[in-house]
Amino acid sequence: MGIGRREFLKRTAVIAGTALVGKSASAAEGTTGNSERYGVLVDTTFCIGCRRCEWACNEWNKNPNQPIKSFEDKSVFQNIRRTHAPAFTVVNRFTNHNDSTPIYVKKQCMHCEEPGCLSACFVDAFKKTKKGPVTYNPDVCVGCRYCMVACPFDIPAYEYNEPISPRVTKCTFCFDRISKEGKVPACVEICPTETLRFGKRSDLVNLAHERIRNNPQKYVDHVYGEHEVGGTSWLYLSAVPFEEIGFRTDIGKKSIPSTSKGFLFMTKVFEVIAVWPLVFAAFYALSKLKGTHAKDGKPSSGDKAEEHGKKT
Amino acid sequence: MQKTENRRPGIRRRNMEKRPDSPSWIRKNIFLGMTFREYVKSNLTISNGIAALILSVAIPVMIYRLVFGLGASTNLTDTNPWGIWIGVDILCGIVLAAGGFVMGTAYYIFGMKQYHHFIRPAILTSLLGYIFAVFALLFDLGRYYRLPYPMVVSYGLTSIMFLIAWHFALYIMALLVEWSPALFEWLNLRKFREWFSKLAVWATVFGVIIAGGHQSALGALFLVAPGKLHPLWYSELLPVYFLLSAIIAGLSMVIVESSLTHRVFKKQMEHFDHAEFDRLTISLGKGASAALVTYFFLKLFGLAHAGHWHLLNTPYGYWFLFEIICFVILPAFLFAYGVRYDNVVITRWTALLTVVGIILNRVNTSLVAFNWNAPERYYPLWTEVVLTIGVITMGVLAFRWIVNRMAILYDHPDYESLH
Repeated sequence: MGIGRREFLKRTAVIAGTALVGKSASAAEGTTGNSERYGVLVDTTFCIGCRRCEWACNEWNKNPNQPIKSFEDKSVFQNIRRTHAPAFTVVNRFTNHNDSTPIYVKKQCMHCEEPGCLSACFVDAFKKTKKGPVTYNPDVCVGCRYCMVACPFDIPAYEYNEPISPRVTKCTFCFDRISKEGKVPACVEICPTETLRFGKRSDLVNLAHERIRNNPQKYVDHVYGEHEVGGTSWLYLSAVPFEEIGFRTDIGKKSIPSTSKGFLFMTKVFEVIAVWPLVFAAFYALSKLKGTHAKDGKPSSGDKAEEHGKKT
Repeated sequence: MQKTENRRPGIRRRNMEKRPDSPSWIRKNIFLGMTFREYVKSNLTISNGIAALILSVAIPVMIYRLVFGLGASTNLTDTNPWGIWIGVDILCGIVLAAGGFVMGTAYYIFGMKQYHHFIRPAILTSLLGYIFAVFALLFDLGRYYRLPYPMVVSYGLTSIMFLIAWHFALYIMALLVEWSPALFEWLNLRKFREWFSKLAVWATVFGVIIAGGHQSALGALFLVAPGKLHPLWYSELLPVYFLLSAIIAGLSMVIVESSLTHRVFKKQMEHFDHAEFDRLTISLGKGASAALVTYFFLKLFGLAHAGHWHLLNTPYGYWFLFEIICFVILPAFLFAYGVRYDNVVITRWTALLTVVGIILNRVNTSLVAFNWNAPERYYPLWTEVVLTIGVITMGVLAFRWIVNRMAILYDHPDYESLH
């Protein structure tokens, strides 16, 4: 596998260490409240459904694309769409029941503060970077698709039609763009309205609440993503309750990693505790084995082997 | 006499048997003492015909999956990333392979020596169950050739799947050690057999920890999907439910499998005490009954703790009640009935009912109640079903091949029992 002995020992030590401490480095990085993190505020009241963000996303991420003109086709809004392997972001249309006007909602990875995909991945393919994006590394992915099970927003998609080297795909938050000074994600750059606002997450949370305060008739008093599953980098504002525009409002504030953390900890504790009675049981079973041999008057042919077994 | 035999190296003994006047080792041990022609002829049976028919479809399907990918060979979607290859092949396959872990615990840890004759078949069933479950998993993994990655390349320490991957690998090794004495008897490697018999005790003890850990972890897999699994099936107790039902499944499978093998391999059972066997079967049922009652009350507490009573009066609630009443309460009662009236026939059929119930529970958790609120539902494609049946068929054939050759159902006449 191309890893040296030193690297192997290092990794083994990391495993042993984390088994004891019960917290991985990547999870520790995912603590909420890092003010250096970026986010995007999506104000759905401004979106006109031009879908240029979809075009720009495909363009930047080298996904199969069509001429920008064809994105003006409104017929795609007849169905509610989700993200797929070649489409990291989609815009859906809902109807405002108060005044029958359309509401357009952009959908993409929410870049959770404590990502479920990250905690689910058994080869550590996901990272929550310091700047905010949750990134995916296809070089170690085995393709178990547990990240897709764990994602509360149903975002990761899979290249099912790729027989040899399929990948999980999702929005990258254009981490390659935003890590450079002054650059914003491709979708934010192309957005012709005020819908998408890129900035420090903490600033955006304040901005969102300010908008609600200044315009309480316009918005529902809820910044989606501020607390959902432990908070997300992408935040939403809406004129109608979020469940009416395709958001899950029943997923709670508890982060996904925290649902499995307790189990992993308890398992380790139980397994360590269980070792001792079981070791005694094994010695007891072996001694009894010896006893029956002696009783039967047979020379216990395995004595030597047994001693050897004890040493190991 | 015993001693001189022990000193004799196994290899030499094997070579000695290749004298021209006695049948060759291959003929004796591979072709069951027949010539190649006779052996082929003896295999032309109806059951083998059915197996050949299944495999003649299943093997091309496996190749089809490898060549054209998951998209062509499954109904999996981005919303439903897991299908029956996880829900049935892995979840059901592993829980029904819990017999080795349960019998190993009873025999080695609790010293229930009377179950001596149940140990080897249970361990072989578990070993093959795990091996073929992982074999089936290879087809489900997008990049199956990276199977060892969580062991050697990259470690996802916060993942329950990581725990499962390691535990599977370690447990298969433990089962191999537990099974190896039978293999060495067959190969007539006496020294190895003695040594590995001792090691098997350690492997069993190690296996108890490992098996308990990953049986519960399979339930814990779904802890990360509180928004997707129906609240009647989602519970913080999922790991406990899965572990306890694994014990129930282990006991039931031992009853079902021993009843079947005793019928199928009648010839090997000539010197067998059938009255004793029936008595032990009933007491396994007693254990299963107690475990089922415990399981039922834990389900009840889980329901009460979450306060989901009102959900019982919904279609999913009726399905949940069906699972609990027909496959938990009913078998618990029937097992107890079998004990009270000494009825081994009831015990055997109840074990089968319980096995069906465990399968239903795993399918419910992973497929029926999973994504219950999603816009699209999953139904398996015919290729998924065929591949699953094909893998099961391979497992059964492997089991029969080994049982026909090695001392699984009886004590090897040349070796003193170590138990």
